[in-house]
Amino acid sequence: MSAKAEEKPLLRRLLGSDASIAQLAVITLVIFVLMAAMNPDKFLRYYNFESITYIMPELGILCIAMMVAMLTGGIDLSIVAIANLAAITAGVYFRHPVVAEALDAGGLALVLHTAMGVTIALLVGLAAGLVNGLLISRLRIIPILATLGTGQIFSGLALVLTGGPAIVGFPETWNWIGTGKLLGVAAPFWVLILVAAVVAILLRRTHLGVNLMLIGTNARAAVFAGIRSSRMILYSYALTGVMAAIAGILLSGRTNSAKADFGASYLLQAVLIAVLGGTNPAGGKGRVLGVLLALVALMFLSSGMQMMRASNFMIDAVWGAFLVLVIAINYLRSSK
Amino acid sequence: MKRFQSTEAVIALVLLTVMVLIGLVNPAFWGVANLFSLAKANVVIGIMALGVLLIMISGGIDVSFPAISAAALYITVRTMVALDYDGVLLPFIAASVIGVLLGAFNAFIIDRFKMIPLIVTLGTASIIRGLVLGLLGTSIVNINKMPDALIEFGKQDLTTVTAQNGATVGLTAMILVYLAIALVIHVVLRHTMTGRSIYAYGDDMESARRAGVNTRRTIFFVYCTAGLLAGFAGLLHSSMIWQANPRDFIGLELDVIAAVVLGGASIFGGRGSVLGTMIGVFTLVMVKNSLILMKVDTTWQRVVVGVIIVAATAITAWRDRKKLA
Repeated sequence: MSAKAEEKPLLRRLLGSDASIAQLAVITLVIFVLMAAMNPDKFLRYYNFESITYIMPELGILCIAMMVAMLTGGIDLSIVAIANLAAITAGVYFRHPVVAEALDAGGLALVLHTAMGVTIALLVGLAAGLVNGLLISRLRIIPILATLGTGQIFSGLALVLTGGPAIVGFPETWNWIGTGKLLGVAAPFWVLILVAAVVAILLRRTHLGVNLMLIGTNARAAVFAGIRSSRMILYSYALTGVMAAIAGILLSGRTNSAKADFGASYLLQAVLIAVLGGTNPAGGKGRVLGVLLALVALMFLSSGMQMMRASNFMIDAVWGAFLVLVIAINYLRSSK
Repeated sequence: MKRFQSTEAVIALVLLTVMVLIGLVNPAFWGVANLFSLAKANVVIGIMALGVLLIMISGGIDVSFPAISAAALYITVRTMVALDYDGVLLPFIAASVIGVLLGAFNAFIIDRFKMIPLIVTLGTASIIRGLVLGLLGTSIVNINKMPDALIEFGKQDLTTVTAQNGATVGLTAMILVYLAIALVIHVVLRHTMTGRSIYAYGDDMESARRAGVNTRRTIFFVYCTAGLLAGFAGLLHSSMIWQANPRDFIGLELDVIAAVVLGGASIFGGRGSVLGTMIGVFTLVMVKNSLILMKVDTTWQRVVVGVIIVAATAITAWRDRKKLA
């Protein structure tokens, strides 16, 4: 009994006063138990969890990016296009004769050029995010339409750069980012943890985060409160763009290739997980912890269903049904 | 003077300018064959766009209609093949009913759980696509298995012209179906209580409710009609291309929404017209088709379409801002 009493305050503190986080934790636990019970000999293996830590980060970072865009009541439909464009630009850099020669030599040059490639990818993400931010905050285009259009432009540019086929053969150091191990844990998983921590701190502990929440809650009041709304919105889309580029680096590192139309299904899944994670698409509400919980829940769900040999299409259907279900639960809970 | 300032007039002017420009770059644009094929390309997208128009006037958005179209056409054609049934009227009714049911599902969730239409329809689109592909499979029903009556229906031409190279090109009769549907939607929007209440609801939901608009009925009407049009357009598409592919229309939602916005509808609701939408659809289809005529490298096409979407929305955003001031 006494152990339980001790546990409670800690749990409360961890979950905060947010009931939706507690609800999500329960849902995640239920899915975990359900999938473990249905695949007793496969699901609980170490290998299963290890493979999840490699696949999850790229989607997870896209989900956090989507959540940030949704905080101000917006949405970013161009994140997957940005991810691909960033990876492809880096790939084009690695293909440049001078760089390719240096890469073949190996050693320090390999590391330096990989760092350069990462920088290029991040800059592409930043530039793309700034374009989105400018269109939305200065020209006042509605986020859905602006990012829908820029998504076409970014993926179109990616197509122009590659001419169609995938870019394959990234340097091994680049691929390490997507497949390597650090202290016994998947390298991309470390990236996810780092990104999640930085964004969580940004949102909870800085002016930017507080201002974004205010803008999302009541845009007009935020203006009257003296918040430089358009600048904050610009920053939030720039952040989203950079995160999309990070996801692109992980995706291309894991698969050792980059293509203009990779990961198209990630877009829907990112929206879905962000909303499942308690983000209010109308703005003003969203937490990194919630998004991560929803991500883990859906990862368990799809890996468990894959073990039961369900087709990928059925998994898509279950994801959609899950979204509708959570919408219903949230509504019923809030109307009580 | 007022007439020329209307949104439709502006878009029509843009359209004409673009047409002249394309014609100057490549005179083949004005060839009968090209114009007929343009008209044909308008039909299916146009009918879908009319459904999306209704939803956008009501202040909503729908990204599930391509999934509804694909589901309606694939379920209908597969059933026809399985039952060895051949006909036209009954299948189109069936496809429309499937569309209405799926639209009602959207409306139910949006109305009952007060959730943003974008998120709801993203979810339902995923459910519909997943179930159709997962339960019915992914195999394409080809021309040799397609019901003959459907093919014959889609083949009908209004007139045929023999081109210089000897090939005959026809103006598809389906254009009449499109125009008839457009007329009906126009009359409903302009001259019925239901139509006016959609505008009222889209303009200001709360005011509409207080003015006595039955908001639940409005939502159901809008999403069911959009579903009906999507289902119908799906089967029409199938009969025009002589095959049934459950993966059809993936990504089409972006094009159609862009066309409707191009046609002057506001994504905030309360604004939009049938004529404007038809011009918007024509412009988008024409630009996409003409990029090849204008010898634009195919890899650049997506960039061009994206730029058009951004430019069109920037113009409408600028217009809406002037209204607010």
